[in-house]
Amino acid sequence: MKKYLFVRIINILITLYIIATATFFLMKQLPGSPFDEERLSNLSEEQRIEFYAKYGLDKPLSEQYVLYLKNLVQGDLGDSFYFKGQGVSELIAGRIGPSALLGFQAVLLGFTLGIVLGIIAAFKHNTMWDFSTMLVAVLGVSVPNFVFAALLQYYVGLKLGILPVAFWESYSSSIMPSLALSLIVIALIARFTRNEMLEVLQQDYMLTARAKGLSQFKVIYKHAIRNALIPVITILGPIVVSLLTGSLVIENIFGVPGIGSLFVDSIKVNDYTTIMGLTLFYSAFFVLTMLVIDLLYGVIDPRIRISGAKE
Amino acid sequence: MKNAEPLLNEEELLDDLFEIAGRRTEDSENINRPPLSAFKDSWMRLKKNKGAVISLIVLSVILLLAIFGPYMSGYKYYETDYSVAYQPPSGEHWLGTDKFGRDQWTRIWEGTRISLYIAVLAAFLDLLIGVTYGAVSAMLGGKVDNAMQRVIEILVGIPNLIIIILLIMLMKPGIFTITVAMVITGWVNMARLVRAQIFKLKEQEFVLAARSLGSTNKRLILHHLVPNVMGLIVINMMFTIPSAIFTEAFLSFIGLGLQEPLASLGVLINDGFQGMRNHFYLLLYPAIVIVGIMVSFNILADGLRDALDPKMRK
Repeated sequence: MKKYLFVRIINILITLYIIATATFFLMKQLPGSPFDEERLSNLSEEQRIEFYAKYGLDKPLSEQYVLYLKNLVQGDLGDSFYFKGQGVSELIAGRIGPSALLGFQAVLLGFTLGIVLGIIAAFKHNTMWDFSTMLVAVLGVSVPNFVFAALLQYYVGLKLGILPVAFWESYSSSIMPSLALSLIVIALIARFTRNEMLEVLQQDYMLTARAKGLSQFKVIYKHAIRNALIPVITILGPIVVSLLTGSLVIENIFGVPGIGSLFVDSIKVNDYTTIMGLTLFYSAFFVLTMLVIDLLYGVIDPRIRISGAKE
Repeated sequence: MKNAEPLLNEEELLDDLFEIAGRRTEDSENINRPPLSAFKDSWMRLKKNKGAVISLIVLSVILLLAIFGPYMSGYKYYETDYSVAYQPPSGEHWLGTDKFGRDQWTRIWEGTRISLYIAVLAAFLDLLIGVTYGAVSAMLGGKVDNAMQRVIEILVGIPNLIIIILLIMLMKPGIFTITVAMVITGWVNMARLVRAQIFKLKEQEFVLAARSLGSTNKRLILHHLVPNVMGLIVINMMFTIPSAIFTEAFLSFIGLGLQEPLASLGVLINDGFQGMRNHFYLLLYPAIVIVGIMVSFNILADGLRDALDPKMRK
């Protein structure tokens, strides 16, 4: 176990190093700098030199690279080119709140609703209930999140006018984006719960539980759901990925000041350092989540022995 | 009592007056039903799945419209006419016009072509790179496999979208860049699946038999192993397609995909979203088309999984 963890962490560090390096050199290759010649042309020659010196752009590439890595190890992602005078790390830290709130609410809503729908579908197998739940599941997986978000904004925000459309003011602003983000979670979880429940319901221990006189609720809660939900961990990975991707576009649509919209905005204005920082941030988050999920496998299902992780 | 007169004499009692009542050897060995190939068998099972059949029909209709749609209205997708900007759907412009007076019907089917191109590309890459990579990695094993898996590990370690976005920043946004990005990221899943499956299969007797008859690695992979994982390959391919279509539309929506005046469904939805307050139809129709494509592909993929791999049926 310890050895496995060690190897994994080394692997993660190597991956992150490769990403950092690749991002750095990619950024340097990019056409157009954040200081366009047009914009710089109103500066005098001295000002320009001072400008380049300030951001270390006058040094040779290798030196910039070493400096970048040195700062990176200390958690300093450099200064943003666009948001003057702000460090990228602080920028991310200041923006992470709304994103975390949305992600948390989406997961909460997605799991609750998904599990409830899945259980209903499994118990009313091959009825209208089952059919409509599966319809929701297929739609949730198929409908692109930005289409759903746009339609939600049109019908709920504009037509009904009950929720704010694109301002981040009060708690109610977070409802629609969370809903939009949770659609795919609901779909994945509902479908998953249904299939697992159908399997669990046929097990002998379910018959035993009923035979010994447990109430319907206890049978479902203590015996069926628990066993059905153990493998839920296998779809956590896809869920995390879809939440990350979803946040990029949904935060943009609803005007949420989170890291997703920061990423898209910084791409649009060529804010290199912020893009690099966010790329690393996303990658680190992603890789660490995958590690946690893999470790959870072992905790939840001891049959999966991690130490012998050879296929 | 007199013996009853026999109806026939001994000489007249010939063999051909009799019929064999029981089974005949040559009949019992006969194959009455036409032989069923694995493909036909799956096709029969797929045909019983109503959802899959409807999806297939919807996709065929969309395909036909994508091929012929742009020629039906008589407008070009880049043809601007400011005098007719923002027209609601009418007899002249079936689905209305956008802010530059371009015909929305033509643009939608032009955009669908892009989505379908992406679908074909994704499937092709899955087959070409994914299957080859996975099969070679599993077949050669040892150090080669180890090295090949390290590459995959790095690719899996980075969220796909990040790779794609970085590439798009390096090159010009557009269909070529998206193609390159998909060449880099699109086949990884397939490679892993095929590798895992072939690892299981290659220890089996039929592989040993083929090998002792002198099959080369290439022949083993192409004629013995890949046919055995074909079901899995098709299923995975069918799930890759909608996610590839989604990725393109997503990128175009946030402005990193195709650029004006080219139309992709993502571009159209973004345009429609910008103007949905007053011109909702600009958002509605491209949204319907992309949802139609995505839902159909997903249901069809589900149906194919049930048809090709009854063990996985739930």
